[in-house]
Amino acid sequence: MIEIGLGHYLTLGAIIFSLGTLGIFLNRKNVIVILMSIELILLAVNINLVSFSIYLQDITGQIFTMLILTVAAAEAAIGLAIIVSYYRNKGSIRVEEIDEMKG
Amino acid sequence: MPFLKFLIPELLLSISTFALLLIGVFIKNSFEIVYRLSIILIMLILLIILTSDIENTKIFNDSFTIDNFSIYSKILILLSSFFILLISKQYISDTKNNKFEYPIIILLSVLGMFIMVSSNDLILFYLGLELQSLGLYVLASIDRDNIKSSEAGLKYFILSALASGLLLYGCSLLYGFSGSTNFEEISRNTGNFNIGTIFGMVFVLVGLAFKVSAVPFHMWTPDVYQGAPTSVTAFFSVVPKVAGIVVLIKFMYLPFRGILDQWQYILVFMSIASMILGSVAAMAQTNIKRLMAYSSIGHIGYAIAGIAAGTENGFQSTIVYISIYIAMNLGAFGCIFLMRRGGKYIEEIEELSGSSKNHPLMSLSLLIILFSLAGIPPLAGFFAKFYIFMAVIESEMYTLAIIGLVSTVLSAFYYIRIVKVMYFDSPKKPFEKFKNLKIYGSILISCVFLVSFFLYPSIFNQIISNIVVN
Repeated sequence: MIEIGLGHYLTLGAIIFSLGTLGIFLNRKNVIVILMSIELILLAVNINLVSFSIYLQDITGQIFTMLILTVAAAEAAIGLAIIVSYYRNKGSIRVEEIDEMKG
Repeated sequence: MPFLKFLIPELLLSISTFALLLIGVFIKNSFEIVYRLSIILIMLILLIILTSDIENTKIFNDSFTIDNFSIYSKILILLSSFFILLISKQYISDTKNNKFEYPIIILLSVLGMFIMVSSNDLILFYLGLELQSLGLYVLASIDRDNIKSSEAGLKYFILSALASGLLLYGCSLLYGFSGSTNFEEISRNTGNFNIGTIFGMVFVLVGLAFKVSAVPFHMWTPDVYQGAPTSVTAFFSVVPKVAGIVVLIKFMYLPFRGILDQWQYILVFMSIASMILGSVAAMAQTNIKRLMAYSSIGHIGYAIAGIAAGTENGFQSTIVYISIYIAMNLGAFGCIFLMRRGGKYIEEIEELSGSSKNHPLMSLSLLIILFSLAGIPPLAGFFAKFYIFMAVIESEMYTLAIIGLVSTVLSAFYYIRIVKVMYFDSPKKPFEKFKNLKIYGSILISCVFLVSFFLYPSIFNQIISNIVVN
């Protein structure tokens, strides 16, 4: 049996974080997927913080996590609102069509 | 609760913002009254901060500091948002953006910046940063029937949320490897070389570079500056930059002090890249808001050069630089607000052609501001760059200084091109004349400051060195 330790949690956090970052850059279809990728990044941070908090025997990390969860909810709400207002003007939320301004 | 007296500006700001929100909801067509009240509120808080006797204190388990540095940056933030609210009122009404939420969102993001510049703890810093950014997302897309504005908001939201995520990942690594979220604790524990804290530092730097739009994290800037309404662009180009640079100095000075060798080269690279890109990419622009975006990227490059010097003199010169930058940008946007013809605001540079014949005063003030942005002596912009390069040369970073000087010359090209368009091209139809004493007054204050700066550079420097030493 392997002992699951801090290193494993950090690796999991790093993998989820990279998935989120890649999701933003590789995604060419839908803006909603980008929103999901941002959530993924924030959750990776939460995994990191909680595992550090357990490892250090220090509650601050978990408090930080609770605050991040709240902020993430607010951020998603504003993001969806902006996407709705964009959709009203443009009629589509395909990523490759977001190109009114260039240069 | 004796510590509450240190929080009076923040408490007053948040409580009155919610009071204003109630006024906006319960009174019909309340844009005028909410706008006036928020300008008065900003003045009031400025007075409270100026009259309070400063003592260096830390409250809430050392997570919130009140010192000269944070107070000075709060004064800068308040002054610049005051002038921006003053000069952009007419534009907001003309473009039918007169919703009462507009000033309230500005006040909320000012509150976020207050928390950011006072924070001494990763948690508080992150919350302040997010409060500021959430306000800015909404501001960028405030003109919701305009596709450019909502596209600007969407782009800014995606990239800035990604930057917040990177910054947060850095914060989690810093917390894990130094065992605390307090800045001083972190600086005590980062001294011994540790790969985890270095990673955390890099991620935090990336996030902060995004917020101040330093190359290579600048891609959002031109699009957002162009797409957002000009009043919002004026706000974007000044106030969040002040808060971002102040926080960058704070991070370098406190938590990352022990690992100077590690971050110095990153900052040198960012500074060089921003200066060069800011001056080269701006040459081809025809839209004045886009040009201001590249110009602000370049200026942030100079400001970061001062931080990269890593000495107290360097930090000091960066604060001087950003203060003068505010004065220049406020004046420049004041002139942009005057470009109106037939009720429509104009953003093309070529429309300025020959304006010296029809609008001699406006052209003269724009000339002073542009020369100052280019750094031509004896205007204030020259002294700002001079202090930066002095600090850089003192810490023996000659390459950075030489590249900086070369890019100053390059950037002078596109500023002077606008002057040429104004003074030597054939005149077009004059802009609409409108009496707006607030805009004229702000441009006048900005020009007087820029022209007369060489009379009292030492006094200004004295004030700022007092701030940094404490």
